[in-house]
Amino acid sequence: MSVVFKKPDALCDVTMHYCPGCTHGIVHRLVAEVIDELGICGKTVGVAPVGCAVFAYNYFECDMIEAAHGRAPAVATGVKRANPANVVFTYQGDGDLAAIGTAETVHAATRGENITVIFINNTIYGMTSGQMAPTSLPGQVTTTSPYGRDPKLAGYPIRVCEMLATLSGTAYCERVSVDCVKNVIQAKKAIKKAFENQIAGKGFSLVEVLSTCPSNWGLTPIEALERLRRDMIPYYPLGVYCDRDAFAEVEAK
Amino acid sequence: MSDKILMKGNEALAEAAIRAGCRCFFGYPITPQTQLPEYMAKKMPKIGGTFLQSESEIAAINMVLGASAAGVRAMTSSSSPGISLKAEGISYLAGSDLPAVIVNIQRGGPGLGGIQPSQADYWQATRGLAHGDFRVLSLAPAGIQEAVDLMGTAFDLADKYRMPVMILGDGIIGQMMEPVRLPDPVTELPEKPWAAKGTRGARKHNILNSLYIQPEELERVVRERYERYAEVEKNEVRVETWLAEDADIIVTAYGSTARICRNAIRAARADGIKVGMVRPITLWPFPSAAYAEAAAHAKGFLDVEMSMGQMIDDVRLAIGCSRPVRFFGRTGGVVPTPAEIRAEIDALCKEVL
Repeated sequence: MSVVFKKPDALCDVTMHYCPGCTHGIVHRLVAEVIDELGICGKTVGVAPVGCAVFAYNYFECDMIEAAHGRAPAVATGVKRANPANVVFTYQGDGDLAAIGTAETVHAATRGENITVIFINNTIYGMTSGQMAPTSLPGQVTTTSPYGRDPKLAGYPIRVCEMLATLSGTAYCERVSVDCVKNVIQAKKAIKKAFENQIAGKGFSLVEVLSTCPSNWGLTPIEALERLRRDMIPYYPLGVYCDRDAFAEVEAK
Repeated sequence: MSDKILMKGNEALAEAAIRAGCRCFFGYPITPQTQLPEYMAKKMPKIGGTFLQSESEIAAINMVLGASAAGVRAMTSSSSPGISLKAEGISYLAGSDLPAVIVNIQRGGPGLGGIQPSQADYWQATRGLAHGDFRVLSLAPAGIQEAVDLMGTAFDLADKYRMPVMILGDGIIGQMMEPVRLPDPVTELPEKPWAAKGTRGARKHNILNSLYIQPEELERVVRERYERYAEVEKNEVRVETWLAEDADIIVTAYGSTARICRNAIRAARADGIKVGMVRPITLWPFPSAAYAEAAAHAKGFLDVEMSMGQMIDDVRLAIGCSRPVRFFGRTGGVVPTPAEIRAEIDALCKEVL
């Protein structure tokens, strides 16, 4: 009898704390499958964020570090510079990566820091129960934008991939979604490429994953996936924003 | 051990760190410590180490956390306002049981303050560095040779107790030049089986973490850490006493202020006043026993600081307020003179003798 489906080896055999219908579980699985396929679990170090994925250190079989809110790219920089042979990834949410940790994100990217960043964009602060995120859409109702996000008062959402693609140190950034099987398959391809880039020493790689938060959106899991397709993808178009070797020109000289 | 060479404090600290096995330095320019990162920028690439100028003090300390978690001797340096920014990361280092060395070349405060020497970060270094129940081991050199010697000690203690260690200097220590003998480079470093450098498939994953969501679990971890702190208090107190055995008056100061006090004490001794000194080298753990011992015969204490009076709290606690403790301080970057201190010794004599 052949095994056709099993838990990836890089994923711990534990119960995750995520809410029903949350897409973190899918993305964790994709990261773990990629680590298995590349055979790098023994040399990978993961950095967990503050936010819903804070317990990610309990879910991956590789060595893990829990960073302060927003500081995962700085911590990952320290790990990678100390031991360049390690494969180092961060797993961060939108508040972590695009609000409190914007400086760390932008500067890790512009340095071409040779790390892999998995960025979960679900347009809300999940762990603290539904506050406005830097990526909350105009008009989106949250507990801290109770009348809907008004750009005149609360500014506009940040499009992270578009912003980072302008930086010379960024090797690769792609926005993907996990709302349907087709997009999940594409998301895995992107995550794999983001790890392969690091192994090839190409520079900073980031995959932005459009995700759902049924609990804090106040929707059923199915309605949440519909919202992602209807409201998020038009504002955050899927696709590759940057794909290059960040240091090719320097090395050519 | 090298021949005696003339070095600036900031550069000597950097060279001593490299000789102590530091291979990752992350920092940000700020007066009066900038020559330390500049020295690292020159030296680290030549020896296969890492120098990285970070985007902020916050990023620097978190890079230190990452490199330390990866098992490498790592450090950062800054001056007072920069240390405030690093506070978050220092709390996380303590909460994750990670070693690191942090140098604070103090300047006047609060706020942007000034750029001249100060000792106004004593409370910060010994008490309120950041949120949570934790300690930082603080070492206060009074000269460049001692700064060099304490750098090796700082890395050893950080590794031994898995905690952040601070070298608390000031603008004088950072900027002054003195002849120093540098130690030989360390050849053996402690094993770090807890480090996150890849499981190689040979062990369960290591997790470096400061989050414990169950209160009882967090309490247990903090209590265990405090058992380690008790060992530090038992084993690592460092203090210099000078002319204290027969002293009626004890002058106490740390760091470069203690150097200035020496001149005043010599002058007073020459005039027949029995004055001695207690100089803490570790600010935490505080050398309370040395003060209690001195209080057995001394009639009064004079505490001298480049601040409005911070260490004086610990002096009073150490002697249980059993003797008068007079305070003399200059602050904002003003350095006390031997004559001013001598006048305070005379005033204290009138009060207690």
